[in-house]
Amino acid sequence: MRQTGYKNIGITIYILLLLTPVYWLLNMSFKTNREILGGLTLWPQNFTFDNYAVIFTDPSWYNGYLNSMAYVSINVVITLLVALPAAYAFSRYKFLGDKHLFFWLLSNRMAPPAVFLLPFFQLYSSIGLFDTHIAVALAHCLFNVPLAVWILEGFMKGVPREYDEMAYIDGYSFPKFFIKVFLPMIRSGIGVTAFFAFMFSWVELLLARTLTSVDAQPIGAIMTRTIGASGIDWGVLAAAGVLTIIPGLLVIWFVRNHVAKGFALGRV
Amino acid sequence: MDKIPDNRAWWLVLPVFLLVAFSALIPLMTVVNYSVQDIFGPGQAYYVGTEWFKEVLTDQRLQDSLIRQFAFSGAVLLIQIPLGIGVALMMPKSGIKGSLCLILVAIPLLIPWNVVGTIWQIFARGDIGLFGWAVNQAGIDYNYTGDTVDAWLTVLLMDVWHWTPLVALLCYSGLRAIPEAFYQAAEIDRASKWAVFRYIQLPRLKSVLIIAVLLRFMDSFMIYIEPFVLTGGGPGSSTTFLSQTLTTMAIGQFDLGRAAAFSLIYFLIVLLISWLFFTAITHADKEK
Repeated sequence: MRQTGYKNIGITIYILLLLTPVYWLLNMSFKTNREILGGLTLWPQNFTFDNYAVIFTDPSWYNGYLNSMAYVSINVVITLLVALPAAYAFSRYKFLGDKHLFFWLLSNRMAPPAVFLLPFFQLYSSIGLFDTHIAVALAHCLFNVPLAVWILEGFMKGVPREYDEMAYIDGYSFPKFFIKVFLPMIRSGIGVTAFFAFMFSWVELLLARTLTSVDAQPIGAIMTRTIGASGIDWGVLAAAGVLTIIPGLLVIWFVRNHVAKGFALGRV
Repeated sequence: MDKIPDNRAWWLVLPVFLLVAFSALIPLMTVVNYSVQDIFGPGQAYYVGTEWFKEVLTDQRLQDSLIRQFAFSGAVLLIQIPLGIGVALMMPKSGIKGSLCLILVAIPLLIPWNVVGTIWQIFARGDIGLFGWAVNQAGIDYNYTGDTVDAWLTVLLMDVWHWTPLVALLCYSGLRAIPEAFYQAAEIDRASKWAVFRYIQLPRLKSVLIIAVLLRFMDSFMIYIEPFVLTGGGPGSSTTFLSQTLTTMAIGQFDLGRAAAFSLIYFLIVLLISWLFFTAITHADKEK
């Protein structure tokens, strides 16, 4: 019992330390700029919602959130659609060049985005996709698809092949088996993968900023606009920052049980 | 599980292959193309062969930022992996407390990278940030905008804060996958806490740790936005990592040929190290 006590104390301290910077952001978002820069206050002395009001009343601000959510959703859907069959192939079959292909896919996860900035800009401009949600979604596939294949393959390896064979004996066609039998068995894996795809696409800024200018600009890029003639508008910046955390919180809430069960299948 | 040889499986991987090839090969070819030319403007490019590569490999500034990069990635792995395992071991196993911990621990991961930089920019300031203020109150002279060591440590601390949760989450789901019977057997054998960790938990964590180590290595090696927002690479160039040097070169100075050559070398380094990790691991798997 004492063991659990120590553990609880340990994890509580860790989480408190982890949340302090986040609290500081929250704290700032309810302060006026004068108070933020005036000195150290542990909680807002003049509690204000003005910073949030700025964001919710200005279309150029809240459109940033809508843009980010649009390309992140497209990206998650594309990633899952292409990665599921591919991961199945890697987990079940031996085929010409499979190992090389797998490592090549992973190697794209390793390509520093800074390397690809300029060529990406030219590529998407030349095919007329510059400043669209789909351009960012496609660009983010570069690092999300390999990761998704990697994670899903681990889950699929954990499902014995006897299930496949039994389904075929029962007269299922491949697509029907895949959708009706196989996917439900690895739904934890799909949940975890969707979470990772969401996360890496949501937090990425470099590519998203390079590939957009007005219509599809992500919230992260809009935030840099708060740096105006009178210096940085810290209050609004903090409020915008707080709001960027919320979609992620919702996603993790939905997949929490999958993450906990997470890698139970296959890989581990 | 034995795999069936069947080349028709290519049809299933084809969409991924095409999609990734589109996003990876065409830009990569563009980079290769730049790297062998000297470009003054549209239509004014001259073939220079391996000139840029030679220049880049002997460039002092790049070598310095490469060394900084290795030191940083090394420190990141040394701190985050053990810490992440520790946190995962402490997290409650199930129930509402478990879910709550999971969500709270995941919060730093869900913050866009420039916001992470912004948070720490204020949080670490001596006058108006809690962290900077607390450290100064503790009698340590700390100023991340002026002092090189402080700046470096702040970037490291920020990264530890930001990414240890990823390691912890991966390890946590790995730990949940260990059947209860293993622990019961250990109890019957009166195995010590350490023995349980060393011989049951750690081996079963291996595959998630592989993912964690590889992801952390790749991402820390490409770190750009957070230090850029926090310190702008300074003071001096103490926190200018590879990505930033590269971006300044390509976009700031528009030195395309040199930047492209540098990009390729950069990519090769990441590739080589990841390949070493990868083969070491698959090799260890085969031996079993």
